[in-house]
Amino acid sequence: MSVGTGTAGTGTEFSAELFVQGAELPPGIGPYRLAWRRLRRNKAALAFGGVFLVIVVLCLLAPVYASHIAHTGPNDNHITEMINVGGKPTSVVSLIGIPIGPTWHSKFFLGADPNGRDIAVRLLYGGRNSLEVGFVATLITMVLATIVGLVAGYSRGLIDGTLTRALDVIWAYPVYILGVALGVSLALGGIGPIHGNSLLVPAFVIGFVFIPYVAKPIRGQVLGLREREFVDAARVQGLSHLRIMATEILPNLASTIIVFIPLMLANAILLEAGLSYLGAGVQPPNPSWGTMISDGVNNIPAAIHLVLVPGIMLVVAVLSINVFGAGVRDALDPRARVRIGR
Amino acid sequence: MGRFIVRRLIGAIGVLFVISVLTFLIFQAIPNGDPAQRIGGRTANAQELAQIRHEWGFDKPIYVQYYKTMEKILTGTVVSYSQDINVMSEIRRGLPATLSLAIGAGIIWFTLGVFFGTVTAVKAGKFTDRSLTVLAFLGVSSPPFFLGALLIYYAGYKANIIPLGGFVPFTNSPWEWFRHLIGPWLVLSVLFIGIYSRVLRSTILDTMHEDYIRTARAKGLTERQVLIRHTLRNSLIPIVSLWGLDFAAVIGGGAILTESVFNLQGVGQFAADSIQRLDVPPVLVITMLTAFFVVLFGAIVDIVYALLDPRIRLTG
Repeated sequence: MSVGTGTAGTGTEFSAELFVQGAELPPGIGPYRLAWRRLRRNKAALAFGGVFLVIVVLCLLAPVYASHIAHTGPNDNHITEMINVGGKPTSVVSLIGIPIGPTWHSKFFLGADPNGRDIAVRLLYGGRNSLEVGFVATLITMVLATIVGLVAGYSRGLIDGTLTRALDVIWAYPVYILGVALGVSLALGGIGPIHGNSLLVPAFVIGFVFIPYVAKPIRGQVLGLREREFVDAARVQGLSHLRIMATEILPNLASTIIVFIPLMLANAILLEAGLSYLGAGVQPPNPSWGTMISDGVNNIPAAIHLVLVPGIMLVVAVLSINVFGAGVRDALDPRARVRIGR
Repeated sequence: MGRFIVRRLIGAIGVLFVISVLTFLIFQAIPNGDPAQRIGGRTANAQELAQIRHEWGFDKPIYVQYYKTMEKILTGTVVSYSQDINVMSEIRRGLPATLSLAIGAGIIWFTLGVFFGTVTAVKAGKFTDRSLTVLAFLGVSSPPFFLGALLIYYAGYKANIIPLGGFVPFTNSPWEWFRHLIGPWLVLSVLFIGIYSRVLRSTILDTMHEDYIRTARAKGLTERQVLIRHTLRNSLIPIVSLWGLDFAAVIGGGAILTESVFNLQGVGQFAADSIQRLDVPPVLVITMLTAFFVVLFGAIVDIVYALLDPRIRLTG
């Protein structure tokens, strides 16, 4: 009865048990409706999902904030200027190079950095870059990992052996060393027509590094699915292998894929920050949360707000994705009642 | 057992070979990445560059270059491009810091991970569980260099409790060694404690429904005995395997961020610095070292697995 596929704990054992549970509910309710009902009851997950949505919207509105409230761009220098704080004029960056802290006014709301740039404006633009890298990287990971896992698990034999070995190699390669090596090398050279300082370079590097973490569990699940009766039925009907993979097996992977998306997004944003800290991620003067924290670390102890502002923003964003993701996983997992009910 | 070890060994050599080739190619593919330029410096003229190229063998085909580099690595005579220093002795210099970091943090994150995982599972759904779960999520969501920077600022500059970075060998002064490492240990552990406690919590909750737990209770064992001897013993298996792999990665220089922010001058920081200088030999050696540890501990973990759980057979 159990659809045990050897992929521990990814919420993959789906249809069979769900239908048993579904029997207690009104007839005709699908697994995703059921999951949505469970998610809706999880107020904490929804709240954190809302927080993340707010952060995304704020970051998308960065140009509006820059032009209508702060009246400065993310890379504009105000290093020699004076502004009015509480009635008295203050240097944006003092003579010994210490930048102004949060003013809580429209200009330099969260303070300035040693180059006299507005932290709040950079925070929003940096968020756009961090999130863009995160989303693109997640997309790359999910698409490639699904294809690799699907093909490897379905074809078995030599193709499976080769692909699994390739995944093992990437997996044994230390994440940060591979990320930094690829990041530095591609930032200098670019990828074909893509310029080295493009955001797509770190996105590609991060997306690539995480492939085995998703492809391995998907392969394991496909190994189990291909032995099921409905795949035999499709084969007897004369469907091609490609068709079976796309229309019979892929839909059964949907819940696994959905569970992995928030997890990968959170990890991608964290890795972007780490790579940027090591100089192998988003390239200056482009802001990202990682490059901003990195700038701030170099300015300890003069101006701790340079670390705190982007750092807290990053942690809140990643935390909200993680909590929301955990809620989604519990909702899709048939054993969710065991997990959260007790 | 013997067959298992031999097969694993062959697999490991294969993985190390492919990883070394990949690392070599990544740096070869860089345009303007001519190592002769970096060895010669800015002032070198075309003739000097040509001579450097000849001496180091950069004018040879790439597979010859790879072969020569690997030969030097395996005989321990490999020299870095940028400073003309022996890579092996440089790694040996960084190893005490990295080992101290890995062993101390490894003990902390395993102990606290198991402790918090057990507490949250036993108190599942209660206030303790919820608040510790929030903390676990916070740990998983915080980049180590951010936590490290906060610790250095607040506990270092402000409170003057910990030093601002660096490493002191244990043999020089055990107390200073401890004081310099307590920050890095905590920062590195936070992430792993978060992951381990979550994994252990759900494994324990799954295990609690097994028949043998009911049997143990029926025998009249106390809840404490059931928890420690039966539930925990079986739930620890995935944690042990996680620990082995993570520990291996940290020993091999994988804790680059923690080492860099605390300026420990360990193997990981050496790797990061070398990559930024596009210095291939050290990167090659450290990458292979880390991968070696990951593969080695992977095999050890499988053996420990088989010892802990007689149902598991060693294959492949």
